[in-house]
Amino acid sequence: MKYLFEDVSRNALILLALLLAALVAAPLVANDYLIIVLITILYFAYAGQCWNIMMGFAGQLSLGHALYIGLGAYVTAALYVKFGVSPWIGLWPALVVAGAVGGIIGFLAFRFGVSGVYFAILTIAFAEFARIGFDHFSWVGGSGGYFLPVANYTQNDFFNLRGSQRMFYYILLAMTVLAFILCHLLLRSRAGYYWLAIRESPEAAEALGINIFRYKMYAVVLSAALTSIGGVIFAFFYNNLFPEQVFHISRSIELILGPIIGGIGTLFGPIVGAFLLTGLAEGLREIMLRLGIDLPGMKQVFYGICLLVVIMFLPEGVWPPLKKKLGLDRDPGKKN
Amino acid sequence: MTTEVVLKIAISGVLTGLVYGLMALGLSVIFGVVRVVNFAHGEMMTIAMYLVIVFFSALGLDPLLMLVPISAVLFALGYLMQRAIINPFINRPEHSQFMLLVAVALIMVNALLLIFGPDSQGITTSYSFDSFDVGGVIIDAGKVYAAIAALIVAVALFAFFRLTLTGKAIRACADNYNGALVVGLDVKRLYALTFGIGAACVGAAGTMLMIVTDVTPAIGPAYTLLAFVIVITGGLGSMPGAIVGGILIGLTEALGGFFFTPSAKTMFSFAILVLVLLFRPQGIMGRKTA
Repeated sequence: MKYLFEDVSRNALILLALLLAALVAAPLVANDYLIIVLITILYFAYAGQCWNIMMGFAGQLSLGHALYIGLGAYVTAALYVKFGVSPWIGLWPALVVAGAVGGIIGFLAFRFGVSGVYFAILTIAFAEFARIGFDHFSWVGGSGGYFLPVANYTQNDFFNLRGSQRMFYYILLAMTVLAFILCHLLLRSRAGYYWLAIRESPEAAEALGINIFRYKMYAVVLSAALTSIGGVIFAFFYNNLFPEQVFHISRSIELILGPIIGGIGTLFGPIVGAFLLTGLAEGLREIMLRLGIDLPGMKQVFYGICLLVVIMFLPEGVWPPLKKKLGLDRDPGKKN
Repeated sequence: MTTEVVLKIAISGVLTGLVYGLMALGLSVIFGVVRVVNFAHGEMMTIAMYLVIVFFSALGLDPLLMLVPISAVLFALGYLMQRAIINPFINRPEHSQFMLLVAVALIMVNALLLIFGPDSQGITTSYSFDSFDVGGVIIDAGKVYAAIAALIVAVALFAFFRLTLTGKAIRACADNYNGALVVGLDVKRLYALTFGIGAACVGAAGTMLMIVTDVTPAIGPAYTLLAFVIVITGGLGSMPGAIVGGILIGLTEALGGFFFTPSAKTMFSFAILVLVLLFRPQGIMGRKTA
């Protein structure tokens, strides 16, 4: 525990505790609509955190993370629907499949020296492969979609992930907190320092004797596997899966907007980004509703303009300058 | 399944591929010089395609006549985009540039949706149903015109970069940024010009594509991806590579769609992309760089 809180300033700890308390208490006061918004936020915060391991820490830009979401969703959903396997058991094969696919992509890319923009496009290519592949994979519904049985549940069936929104909310909250803690520990581990070195300068890292191939592989496999758990929740919360939606490139982009807007490579960036972007989208929806404007595309145009402004004026994202403003940097005078 | 049918499909694929090649050429020129990956490329093309719709329905102008004016409009759009928003991002990391252009693309797609609605729109020209019969092989006239026009634009662009002083100056910027600054080139203006030229290419390609296909606001990202696939297959930054890549991908998709199922046709181009990335990362025509 001491290791966990080392070099975190006291103010930051207090703020974190308050935020966590607010999130834990939220369902007591929030209505159903707000709960869904919060679920969306936590989903993006979790998935963004997972993506951040690969890009924010190790510097490998993946534009195809929808692939891992989709694999997690399809594997667990198929096991549940076809064989009645609980998602809590089904998520392990999903983890393995997503991790293995991530590993294959990473292996091919890093062995053949594919990097930068080319790597990003390779990740898109594999996600598109999966999208078209699942479109023609009739065992899980093909392009017609794959559906989980839905019924009115009088009580939560935690074991089979069937139940109320509040249950999903708390599961996602736990996942987000765990991912946050894991990333915090990772950043302070040997692997974390190696990743940062690789991100800043692969050549220098290699010259220092870091096995950059191995550590880039760790980042990709870990990121892919963890992302797939987000897919499990996606499948069991929405109860329907369409390859055109799940694997689509816009899904991958949606997923990485949060950490980039929030602050790439920071622990809090994905969370801040998820709150801001989902809040923005819902806020715009609300404003349009109030003004009685019902024009398709209007909301997204404003959304795009807001993104544009943030990315132009806050190149590091929202969190790093905000952190400075709040005085949450490590205590001055203390070592580390 | 006779030889004539297969030949017809193949030729049609090559002709469409030439237009795709012109689109990809724009992306390649922009990347080769400005070193920014234009993630809003397909969306810019849909803007050109909707301009065709507007001009055609308002004035009844043939797309072939609109080639130059629409390219000019897109040139202006590209020039202004580079000047106003992309220029400050030249030295920012890739993910930052990516985000910027994703935001631009999002605005473009939805602005088009707002103006034109979600339905697919197309035009019918006087030669839409014409065809040539070459020794029993039927070829669409529209595709032939579109491909010839695309080829002419591409050749004009080659000539521009080889023969004119401005073209040489742009190539100098691409070869050595600092060197270009040292000899006193106005790099910012040249970058904006390049982005404009890339946009004009995509404008011309979009105009020609309207002869053979329809457009929806949501089609943009698919064309962006297609342009990536072509450019990387041909060699990012290589001008002949973009055209060769376009023909190859056009042919692959046509034959893939014919022999398997049309919905799986892009899978074949992605397969080519993956193979090229792994075994010849510099692309078919690309130069090997460090």
